[in-house]
Order: sequence, then C-alpha cells, then structure tokens
Amino acid sequence: MYAFDFVRPKSLNEAVEALQPEEAMALGGGQTLIPTLKQRLASPSKLVSLKGVEEIRGICRDDQGRVCIGGGTTHAEVAAGVPEYPALAALAANIGDPAVRNRGTIGGSLANNDPSACYPAAALASGATIVTNTREIAADDYFEGMFMTALEEGEIITEVRFPVPQAANYQKFEQPASRFALVGVFVAKFEDGVRVAVTGASEEGVFRWTEAEEALSSNFSPDAVQGLSVPAEGMIGDLHGSPEYRAHLVGVMTRRAVAAAG
Amino acid sequence: MTKVSMTVNGEAAEGEVEGRTLLVEFLREELGLTGTHVGCDTSQCGACVVHVDGKDVKACTIFALEAEGAEVRTIEGMANPDGSLNVIQQAFQDHHGLQCGFCTPGMVMSAAALLAENPKPSEHEIRDYLEGNICRCTGYHNIVKAIMAASGQDVSRIAAE
Ligand SMILES: Cc1cc2nc3c(=O)[nH]c(=O)nc-3n(C[C@H](O)[C@H](O)[C@H](O)COP(=O)(O)OP(=O)(O)OC[C@H]3O[C@@H](n4cnc5c(N)ncnc54)[C@H](O)[C@@H]3O)c2cc1C
Ligand code: FES
Ligand code: FES
Repeated sequence: MYAFDFVRPKSLNEAVEALQPEEAMALGGGQTLIPTLKQRLASPSKLVSLKGVEEIRGICRDDQGRVCIGGGTTHAEVAAGVPEYPALAALAANIGDPAVRNRGTIGGSLANNDPSACYPAAALASGATIVTNTREIAADDYFEGMFMTALEEGEIITEVRFPVPQAANYQKFEQPASRFALVGVFVAKFEDGVRVAVTGASEEGVFRWTEAEEALSSNFSPDAVQGLSVPAEGMIGDLHGSPEYRAHLVGVMTRRAVAAAG
Repeated sequence: MTKVSMTVNGEAAEGEVEGRTLLVEFLREELGLTGTHVGCDTSQCGACVVHVDGKDVKACTIFALEAEGAEVRTIEGMANPDGSLNVIQQAFQDHHGLQCGFCTPGMVMSAAALLAENPKPSEHEIRDYLEGNICRCTGYHNIVKAIMAASGQDVSRIAAE
C-alpha cells in the first residue's frame, strides 16, 4: 500500500473541505477501498475518514413514508433497522459476511457501483434518491456503468431515500468465492407499476429489465415472465459463468423474486 | 506518524502509526499480539477477525487509526481469568475443531460474536455466520460441532470426530 495522509473530520463540512484536493478520497467502511489500496489499484494522497461524521449515519423516515438511510450507515445497521422494508433488510443481511457487514456502508457501496454489488439493484428497483452534500440524484440518473456513477470528485453520499414498495424481493445467485452476486435481481411492486433491477449480469453494470417490468405490471406472477429472456450479448463472461448462463439466470432469479415477493 | 490509543484486552495500548497501518499490523507488530493471523490479502479469509467495540471485524481491513479509542478484543483476551481455555476454545479442543490452527483465532472470535447475539444457533445459522472464515484443514464439520457444543447444545447425534 502506498502512503497517504489520513484525516478524521468531525462534520460533513469538514469532510467536504478535506476532499477538495483532487487526489483525496473518502473512506467509508474500507471493505472495498482497503483491498484496492493493498493491490495498489488506488493511490490517493489523502484519505478522509467518514467515521466521525455522525450526521451521515442512522435511519429515519420522511413525511412521504420513505426510509432514509445515512450514507455512513453499515450493512448490519440496515439489516436490523428497516423492518418496514423486509426485502431491503434481507439484502443487507446477506452482503458478504458478518465482519464485512459490521464495517461496510451503503454510501461506499453505491459510490463504488461494483457491477456485482447488491445495493445498486435495491436502489434502482426502488426508485431511490441518492442525496449528496450538493444535490439529490434519482437512481435512474445515478448509475452510469461498471464502477461509474453521476458523483463528481469529492462528492459525498449523505443519505439514500427508499420509497417502500407494496411487495418486493431480492434474489441473489451467489458467486461462492467472493460472495458477491453472480446474478442478483430485485423486484419491487408499487401502486403504479413494477420495477425490476438486475445486478451482476451486465457489462454495463446494474440495469432495469423493462420488458419484465411491463409484463409484471399487468400480471404480478412468475408466469408473466416465463417466456421472457434477456439477450446474452453484453452480459459478463468470466470463469464463474458465461454470458449465456448469466442471461439465463436473470430469468430464473426474476421468477424466484416474484414468487417470493408474493 | 500519528499517535493512536485504544484498549486492547482490557489494557490501555498506544503507539505511533502511519495512516496506512492496519489494525492487524498494530496488534501484531507494535503490541506483539501475534495470535491474530493474516491469511490473505483480499479480506476474504477471516483469520484476522477481532472484536472492535464488541463487533467482529477483519483486522486486516480496518486502519489502526479507525480504532482510536475503541475497545479491542483479540484471541489473547479470550481465555478465562485463571488462564484456562474459555468455553468456546475448550469446545474446539474437545471436538477437534482445529488441525493446523491457522484459522482458529478468527473462528473463535467469530463464534464468540455469534453466540453473543444468538446464544443457541442452529447448525445452519452457524454455517451462515462463518461464511467469511475459511479453513483449509477441517472441512468445517467439527468447527460447527464445537460451536454447537459451546452453546450448550447436544452434539451427540452429530457424526464424525
Ligand atoms: C469478503 C467481501 C465480500 C463482499 N460481498 C459483497 C456482496 O455480497 N455484495 C455487495 O454488494 N458487496 C459486497 N462486498 C463489498 C462491501 O459491501 C463494501 O462494504 C462496499 O462495496 C463498500 O462500502 P465501504 O463503506 O466499505 O466503502 P469503502 O471501501 O470505504 O469505499 C469504497 C468507495 O466508495 C467511496 N466512498 C465511501 N463512502 C462514500 C460516501 N459516503 N460518499 C461518497 N463516496 C464514498 C470511497 O472513496 C471508495 O471509492 C464485499 C466485500 C468483501 C470484503
Ligand atoms: S487476513 Fe484474510 S480476511 Fe483478514
Ligand atoms: S485448522 Fe488449518 S486452516 Fe483451519
């Protein structure tokens, strides 16, 4: 690991200030960033720890009934803290392993936008809003491809607001070595329609499967998507699975998610 | 270098570290507590699990400075006050929950965190909780059995020693 300066701001303003230099990076739970630093795939001049920034931790509800999760809230805290959104709690409870969940944060996960990460699917399927120190970004405008997001340099995710669906479920086909999703599908049924977000599968990162959304919006049952499939073209192919296999899993996981959402 | 201080196994500990110094490096190299192991470079093996403020974390994936002021417990702090093995450690010995022993500190720390939150876990819950702890010797069976025994459950019907 290359050396860097380490600063521990106590407030959001101080953190924003500390992130001004181009080579500075935020440190959330470090569950992605520290392994990346060890491999020398990142070489920030300064790390800005968000641990002491209390304002971006915790879970609350807003007057529109949305669940609002601070960007510095850990996976374990989400797993235990959103009883009104069981699919989201279950997703958080199944990220990695207990030690990862005790450190890793929702803000870090969404900022990183790993193509196999779980939270991007939840945020996109829920139509969540990603709130930063400067603005609010709709999930539909936030994810810009593998490891790419709408965030500017030094922008901090302070909160993520999730509308709570009538029914929802996340099905993750685990890649057993990394425990990330080989393919994961989050299905969320709202009064005005169904949203389906797929992670782990596409070379473009998380995406909405609109064909399935339309079919499920008129008939919320596994049968409605029985005949549908996504093209293998553009799916990730690696030693864990071919593009064809991943495309197939998208259909299977979607049907399972719908069945489980009830 | 920055000064860091924390409580380790009930005693005050302090030292000078760099920003990039990992907690596991501080424990092993500064404090000489080499019971916490490092088995990988990818945060995947769990040999380094310790408790920070009561929560199990991978000591290889947290900077020492992030544990400033924290209560840290390592495998060296697990034995009973008289030096005898605690109930989890004893169960690992009784049920052959280790072979080479490399993964054992992390296994014991994860097991202790599990039992603190779930005093009578099922076999499935134990296996699920240990997802981040890799053992290349035992095949896990006796580890699971040891943890069930440590939680006071009857393991006589579980085969294999
Ligand atoms: C063994 C293992 C298994 C895992 N399994 C899964 C899994 O199954 N599913 C899954 O989804 N993830 C998994 N992860 C990743 C885990 O969820 C990480 O916690 C997450 O990807 C990053 O969050 P973090 O808080 O640790 O961020 P960090 O590692 O600290 O940071 C990651 C990136 O986000 C930036 N960042 C951090 N916080 C913020 C913020 N508030 N605002 C803006 N930028 C920020 C950092 O600058 C950095 O670029 C796994 C990790 C490990 C080690
Ligand atoms: S040394 Fe492998 S997870 Fe920490
Ligand atoms: S006993 Fe050897 S690695 Fe587990």
